[in-house]
Amino acid sequence: MRTLDALIVESPVFKGLGQDELELVAGCASNTVFAAGERLFREGDPADTFFLIRHGLVALDAYVPNRGQLTVETVGPGEIVGWSWLLPPYRWHFTGRAVELVRAVQFDGACLRKKCDEDPLLGYDLLTRFAQVLVSRLQATRLQLMDIYGDKHD
Amino acid sequence: MTPLPYRVVRKRRENHDNWTLELEPVAESIDPIGPGQFTMLYAFGVGEVPISTSGDLETSGANLVHTIRAVGAVTKALCAAGPGDVLGVRGPFGNTWPIEEARGHDLVVVGGGVGLPPLRPAIYHALAHRGDFGRLVVLYGGRTPDDLLFRKELERWRSRLDTVVEVSVDAAGPGWSGSVGVVTKLIPGAPLDPDDAVAFVVGPEIMMRFTARALIDRGLAPERIWISMERTMRCGVGLCGHCQLGPTLICRDGPVYRWDELAPLLGVQEL
Repeated sequence: MRTLDALIVESPVFKGLGQDELELVAGCASNTVFAAGERLFREGDPADTFFLIRHGLVALDAYVPNRGQLTVETVGPGEIVGWSWLLPPYRWHFTGRAVELVRAVQFDGACLRKKCDEDPLLGYDLLTRFAQVLVSRLQATRLQLMDIYGDKHD
Repeated sequence: MTPLPYRVVRKRRENHDNWTLELEPVAESIDPIGPGQFTMLYAFGVGEVPISTSGDLETSGANLVHTIRAVGAVTKALCAAGPGDVLGVRGPFGNTWPIEEARGHDLVVVGGGVGLPPLRPAIYHALAHRGDFGRLVVLYGGRTPDDLLFRKELERWRSRLDTVVEVSVDAAGPGWSGSVGVVTKLIPGAPLDPDDAVAFVVGPEIMMRFTARALIDRGLAPERIWISMERTMRCGVGLCGHCQLGPTLICRDGPVYRWDELAPLLGVQEL
């Protein structure tokens, strides 16, 4: 069985993390499992965690009156769920739901924020890595907005 | 240049605005059609449009299978045709998917929206000759679950142990348990060897641009990525110039192009 350290450093977002930083990050992490349909977090709740998905699919849902629960994106193995822990007001923007059995590494965001405050180099490194996550989500959203499957007949 | 009469023998509704027609020759048939090629389908008294073959060319014999989206006067007339009705057919036109280039390599097929039908003959071929290829990966994206084509077939392909099928939609309600996001998000995690993979891509131009970019980011060489172009076509034989894209006529030189050869033209506005 792989250790938490190995799971973290092998993920795209934490790839290349130095040993000292890895130990600091892993100190705020634990393994977790969600059954299909189970909520990881709920829109509007305090966001003190984020997840590195190891297995399964997580849907980011929003409730739209008269239309019900809509999935705006899914996140799969190797990807990060959650950046709301990083920036005020530290509240979830969407609801996270396990589409199927999900195995993940769960990070304590408050613990990491404290370590980042104490170690600005770690803070800068993590912020840079999460900026990449944010950019990739922004690009994906732009593509969805562009409706790339549409054509001139629509 | 004269359309040959073909009779509709089967018709299947694929989703809210797409239909698949199977046509058999009334008498004389056109030359055998290859994967990626198209015919000009004529709804008598209405007009003619280019439609790619979407059938299993291993088994269809002289019959033609076309999947058509009802969006304009001609395509609506074609989709309104039922068993027994007669349509005109010219062709086959254009070049084919470079199956030989893919033989011995991983084959990744990426379809967006109504881009899946022109890819289907290549997928059928790869499935019928599965041992000739490395990994076979089919990635398909659509707006919503209701817009997806060939759902049962996708499920059947996915159930094979030697084929990977991943589908993603832009937006979904509670009934969808698959991926949500544009089709490009499936590329980073697709099980393929980027140094030894060939990609066939079809969809709207913008989708193909972003897909090619994502494949290149994954490590595929641009010369191993092939796309199929669509433009207004009239004659089908390179005479009228309606489908001109810079120095190339898509009906004559295409519709299948290597990405590195066509990409510079796609970046030119107004072309």
